[in-house]
Amino acid sequence: MTETAVRSDAAETAAPPAGPQPLTFAKALNTALADAMEADPSVIMFGEDVGPLGGVFRITDGLTARFGEERCFDTPLAESGIMGMAVGMAMNGMRPVVEMQFDAFAYPAFEQVVSHVAKMPNRTRGRVKLPLVIRIPYAGGIGGVEHHCDSSESYYAHTPGLTVLAPATVRDAYLMLRAAIRFPDPVVFLEPKKLYWSKETLDLAELRKEADDDAATGSAVGLAVVARSGTDATLIAYGPSVPTALAAAEAAASEGRSLEVIDVRSIVPFDDETVSASVRKTGRAVVIAEAPGFASVASEIVARVQERCFHSLAAPVRRVTGFDIPYPSPKLEHYFLPSVDRILDTVDELQWEDA
Amino acid sequence: MSISTGSSAGNQYGGSMKRTGQDRSIDVGPTAEEYMLPSAQPVQLVDPQGEHVHNDRYPLPDGDELLAAYRKLVIGRRINEQANALVRQGRMAVYPSSHGQEACQVAAAVVLEKDDWLFPTYRDTVAVITRGVDPLEVLTLLRGDWHSGYDPHEHKTATQATPLATQLLHAVGVAHAAKLRGENTVVLALCGDGATSEGDFHEALNFAAVFHVPVVFLVQNNEYAISVPLKHQSVAPSLAHKAIGYGMPGERVDGNDLAAMLSVLGKAVDRARDGGGPALVEAHTYRMQAHTNADDPSRYRSQSDVEKWVPRDPITRMRTYLGNLNLLNADVERDIADAAEQTATTLRDGLNSDPDINPADLFEYVYTEKTSQLREQAALLADELSREGA
Repeated sequence: MTETAVRSDAAETAAPPAGPQPLTFAKALNTALADAMEADPSVIMFGEDVGPLGGVFRITDGLTARFGEERCFDTPLAESGIMGMAVGMAMNGMRPVVEMQFDAFAYPAFEQVVSHVAKMPNRTRGRVKLPLVIRIPYAGGIGGVEHHCDSSESYYAHTPGLTVLAPATVRDAYLMLRAAIRFPDPVVFLEPKKLYWSKETLDLAELRKEADDDAATGSAVGLAVVARSGTDATLIAYGPSVPTALAAAEAAASEGRSLEVIDVRSIVPFDDETVSASVRKTGRAVVIAEAPGFASVASEIVARVQERCFHSLAAPVRRVTGFDIPYPSPKLEHYFLPSVDRILDTVDELQWEDA
Repeated sequence: MSISTGSSAGNQYGGSMKRTGQDRSIDVGPTAEEYMLPSAQPVQLVDPQGEHVHNDRYPLPDGDELLAAYRKLVIGRRINEQANALVRQGRMAVYPSSHGQEACQVAAAVVLEKDDWLFPTYRDTVAVITRGVDPLEVLTLLRGDWHSGYDPHEHKTATQATPLATQLLHAVGVAHAAKLRGENTVVLALCGDGATSEGDFHEALNFAAVFHVPVVFLVQNNEYAISVPLKHQSVAPSLAHKAIGYGMPGERVDGNDLAAMLSVLGKAVDRARDGGGPALVEAHTYRMQAHTNADDPSRYRSQSDVEKWVPRDPITRMRTYLGNLNLLNADVERDIADAAEQTATTLRDGLNSDPDINPADLFEYVYTEKTSQLREQAALLADELSREGA
């Protein structure tokens, strides 16, 4: 695949030092996979180039060497085949994690996802569970050429039966992937490509302990979090748009406006409670997402906020989304993606004169 | 490639090749072409006149085995007839009949062990019932109470697939998981001739071959995909010829010959169980009736075409053959007819009583735990229903 997409974390494969250390989003995912495979022999990983190469983004780096080619392996180049085989394996006692190499290359698997992954438990009155995870390197901002940067969450979120998660932080990359693999139902796990190389300083031992606690409480799926507290308006974002929203809030603060940022984390199920509580408090909201806005997850969030918070709203709920066009080529993508300026301009339009 | 003769008796393809297409330079035994290509004509062991046809590679099942399968064949025909009647009476939404294909249906069910898996399609109701699933649970789908009425795990029988060929990949996954755990499971995956045009057919056969998993693919070539004849699906010499392209053996068989179906499928299953990998079997048969009751076959085929297949009926020839062996007499036939009638009565009685349908179930199985959105919607519907009832 695209050579530009390839970075190696080989230098980090040595035994990690104890205590807090810099961890990339990609390495957090890689560690989550390894820890899940270590904890549960039914967890297996497969897809295209995920074996010896370690995936085009190196998320499966070292897994074949460590767990053997029966547990982390390359498949023929066929996404429907990958997805359909995962369904069968999940029917028969495994917890498959599959990698769709890029968002826009996942479409051949769409029939399997919509007709079987999403429907099997319902079709069988819960007798056939499909505990599988579909990992999708997702969304834009990496200068990828055509078919490498789609924001496809709306297709999945619109399909009952799927759980759709989009982490935005290194910490969540680890905790949410562990939770997704433990989850009893199929999960579409959207990994924002532009965040793969973001870093946080984290203590892996504590993260692992937290994952175990999550396992006990089941709290890692379905909850939004307040990523930054504020009082004047709420920015609602997920995945790759969360850092942009946080940057916008930081810029607004310097202009004297206090913006709260909600990291949705879990697109399905959607945490109405956390989102509504924030908007009722601030009275204003802007939803931010990279996907084209028409008939999108962002539209759904606006509708839900409006239905639940109408009497608290001081201004219409607004959206900053991608335009309703195919994803642009690398030199044009910055015009398309939600930017700090576009977010701040939209915040400026939230009828402050009435305040 | 070394050709091991230490393989099981069930290996009719000439070798126990773990992988194919490797090291073809060593000239010791059959070439890939020799053992992967199907027979020149569909394998037939009992002809339409009820006479045994000798075949060097496929032994004729013994009389008792054939008699037991014949009994299921007659019951299968009765199930098709009764289901058609229930549609006419408005007790079922639709029924895709396998009338004329019952030899394929019965063979698919009886060649499997209890812990093997069967992956049927919507037209394979008889196979699923023959496998032992409660007939009323099977017909839940077509009656319209729920999508699938039986527990796939209980009978190792997947839900009846309505999208074409998608289930073949699930079969590969089930077999792959079993293989990774070292289990001795074989998976039999069914599809029709039309489904061989789907991309998932290709991906399933390729995955099965590459991962060398124990799946037998049975294509029931009944010559029609709703209205479209086979010649518009494929111009391959036969559908079984597709196998060699994936590196697995293919065989074609007279799908209306119960004996040949049992022998050929049985050997493919044995071979898969012994580590021989996947195989593709094409059964030549004919869809004697409409696609479903909603179809009008007079628009695309003539009655005279259909009548050509009447003398090739799977029941007639087996009845003649077993009669000639003195395995069938009036008492045995009456016993079989009684059993068939009993199954029909079960279907009639079961489908004539209205099912207990609970609207709250709509929300119950979408997720293991209902989302807050589904809890709200379930409450909305419950409220509507309570006001209706008030």
